[in-house]
Amino acid sequence: MSVKLQVRGVTMRYAGPPPVQVLEPIDLEVADGEFICVLGPSGCGKSTLLQIIAGFHAPSAGTVTIDGKAVTGPDPRRIFVFQERGVFPWLSVTDNIAFGLAALPPAERAERVKHYVELVGLRGFERAFPHELSGGMKQRVEVARALAVDPDMLFLDEPFGALDSMTRLTMRSELLRIWQAAKTTILFVTHDVEESVQLADRVVVMSARPAKIQRIVDIDIPRPRDISAPRYLELRDGILAEIGLAHAI
Amino acid sequence: MRALGELAASGLLVRYAVASLFRVTWGFLLAVVVGIPLGLALGWYGRAGRALGPTLQFLRPISPLAWIPLAILWFGVGDRSAIFLIFIATVLPLALTAMQAAHNVHHVHVAAARNFGLSGFAIVRRVILPSALPQLIGGMRIALGIAWLVVVAAEMIAVTSGLGFLIVDARNAGDRYDLVVAGMIAIGVIGLLLDSTLRVFERRRYA
Repeated sequence: MSVKLQVRGVTMRYAGPPPVQVLEPIDLEVADGEFICVLGPSGCGKSTLLQIIAGFHAPSAGTVTIDGKAVTGPDPRRIFVFQERGVFPWLSVTDNIAFGLAALPPAERAERVKHYVELVGLRGFERAFPHELSGGMKQRVEVARALAVDPDMLFLDEPFGALDSMTRLTMRSELLRIWQAAKTTILFVTHDVEESVQLADRVVVMSARPAKIQRIVDIDIPRPRDISAPRYLELRDGILAEIGLAHAI
Repeated sequence: MRALGELAASGLLVRYAVASLFRVTWGFLLAVVVGIPLGLALGWYGRAGRALGPTLQFLRPISPLAWIPLAILWFGVGDRSAIFLIFIATVLPLALTAMQAAHNVHHVHVAAARNFGLSGFAIVRRVILPSALPQLIGGMRIALGIAWLVVVAAEMIAVTSGLGFLIVDARNAGDRYDLVVAGMIAIGVIGLLLDSTLRVFERRRYA
């Protein structure tokens, strides 16, 4: 597979005072179509890394290259799904999903919106406003809005963190289904070990701040994954041990 | 009541109410057109806001009525003076509200819009304006209330028509306090109607 994303020596340091080193030099290569989970403790700087890759912040040093070109800013081909709700409260579900489609002729736009409304299971809520929706539904609106522009990369920053555990499980399998259908490259930031092992092709394990890559774990379990299979438990426990957490409570 | 009937019958009530509303409409619209874009820009470009903010805060506590002598000096006795006074009285609260509203726009919404390829004016139109709108309408309600207060005061001094003039004239022309009260009732009723008009917009946004 060809290389989609290259991160070379990326660091982040806030001048302060006091100066804060958020990221130690990060090197990472991601193949086209890969599903990568970036796993680390809360506040370690993994969100910062994701925002740098998405082009929202310039790194203090190092380069980010996507498809062989240096990243200089955000790009509609690569959509960021925000941890805080990024849906626009003044737009209906339909208009939110259509936000990035202004250039399309109306008929095609309506067609596209309809498709993604169904994909994320929001049929019947097309005309609802965000304040009438649950947290999980708002999150799905945001994912649909991102997918509607047919991006070739998705950045997801703890997208399911605020959802209840049942919705979270559903959303995970939804995301995998969408990813397999759309062949998108996904960078998914999470602090949930189980989540990362369920979803990713590879898990990038980050240390506490200043964050550096501690280890990259290949999740060599075929999909759909049996989350009680010995190999799953082995990988999960390996990562838990890696970040210094015993799995007995 | 009889005084109100008398005014209505003579056509004076409608004529004066229209004169007052005409001034309020122009003064207020001018202030909206100038104050809201100015305030949004100042709120959005933080540095410009910090530079001009103190000036606005300095002008704000000066009663609009203190401008009456200057208004008459610059524009003479007539509509333009009254319109100027209403403009002065409402442009500052509108600009300050707009500044605050632009400042409150959630940065995640702007980042998301940039991600979808929007920049410059498109972000203003599709993110900043809709995001600020509920606050702007609230500010416009307050400003319209102020405009209606100020027009009465301005008409007592700077013009020879309108509901404010009616009140002063009724007293000067022979202590017709029934007409004074009739004028006050008319002012109250029209002020209420103006406010309800904007409140309809406000509710529609939140619906």
